[in-house]
Amino acid sequence: MTAKKNITVAVTGLNAIDSPGPGVSVIRGLRDSKEYNVRIIGLVYEILEPGIYMDGLVDKVYQIPYPSNGFDVMLERFKYIHNADKIDLVIPNFDAELMAFIKLKPYFKEMGINLLIPNKEQFDDRLKGNLNEYGDKHGIKVPKSESVHSIKELEKEIEEFDFPVVIKGKFYDAYIAHTLEQAIEYFHKIAAKWGTPIILQQFIKGNEFNVTAIGDGKGTMVGAVPMRKTFLTDKGKAWAGISIDDPKLVEMARNIITNTKWPGGMELELMKEDKTGDLYLLEINPRFPAWIYLAVGCGQNHPEMLMKMAMGEKVEPIKTYDVGKMFIRYAYDMICDLDKYAQLSIHGEV
Amino acid sequence: MKLKKSIAISENGFVFNPEIGTSFTTNSLGVAILKQLKNSTTKEKIRDSISTSYDVDAVTCEKDLDDFLRMLDQYNLIEN
Repeated sequence: MTAKKNITVAVTGLNAIDSPGPGVSVIRGLRDSKEYNVRIIGLVYEILEPGIYMDGLVDKVYQIPYPSNGFDVMLERFKYIHNADKIDLVIPNFDAELMAFIKLKPYFKEMGINLLIPNKEQFDDRLKGNLNEYGDKHGIKVPKSESVHSIKELEKEIEEFDFPVVIKGKFYDAYIAHTLEQAIEYFHKIAAKWGTPIILQQFIKGNEFNVTAIGDGKGTMVGAVPMRKTFLTDKGKAWAGISIDDPKLVEMARNIITNTKWPGGMELELMKEDKTGDLYLLEINPRFPAWIYLAVGCGQNHPEMLMKMAMGEKVEPIKTYDVGKMFIRYAYDMICDLDKYAQLSIHGEV
Repeated sequence: MKLKKSIAISENGFVFNPEIGTSFTTNSLGVAILKQLKNSTTKEKIRDSISTSYDVDAVTCEKDLDDFLRMLDQYNLIEN
């Protein structure tokens, strides 16, 4: 029996709210590792992210600045954190922060911090606004999409679509508009939160499926688990889901990962059209989904696989998983003393 | 008409389609029909076995069986 190796991993996305970040699930996967003793550093933007207060989840927490505060501010903060708590690996879990980490990567390398994330080109190619070109390039059906930056553009471009039309933010949020007035209302709502462009997307009637997959960055998919959402929140987020046996979904993930040489986790959002049974790619999220622990429950520990690959270990692909495993989220009121909150408010770490 | 190979049927009437993750419940007669479909038993043989076991005339039995099979098809449980 070999001793477990020690590793320090910093993880973002501890906002386990109704539209949760993946951080808590990623940490659960890392903690399940049979080969590593994982010390977890929680990286938080807000001091009320629930993961901070969950028993036994994180060993240390640092507040980090939003990427909008500027690159230098982020770099300085990471230098400080790394100096205090030597980090071996960072796992970013938000779409919106990923560009900042792509820029930080060479600096992290010098500091000895590992990252397994897509490069700028891989990140940009799968952006919602570029999805049509992405579909053409990789031979994948994609609903017709158009990016708009203003109401004037929206009014012009929407004429090319039949209602209903899906109105989407560049990072998050999507609404189904049945009229031009609704489309304008959703444009304002999303733009106020996430900025522009806003994406207009053809509505496909059917069932939505998701795949969480992981690539080694050299063209090999080392794991994939497809899932169907069985219970949705009013934001369309999965509150429950079940792993399914659909080789077509896994094959699509494999093609994308192979063609793009994708490094790390990704989530595919797909729609199977009722009328034709055709699969349409709705989105590629460049990170693990919040439901990633379902993959662990199905026998594929993707967070652990990412950790090993990021540390230069060879990971053998896993092609099997349990079908019919469900996840169900729950809300839970933790009772917390004020000291952790106070400490984090004053010192930015706890 | 044949039930999809991957469909799981439990004795208590829980039916699971692993391809799309849908599940259904049915009664003991439903379970018996599904099992026969899985074994490629013909519709006529299923009808006759129900008709005998439940003392129903063949015409009524066939009509009800057709309804049930149509429903299975709608729920995507039948091999195309």
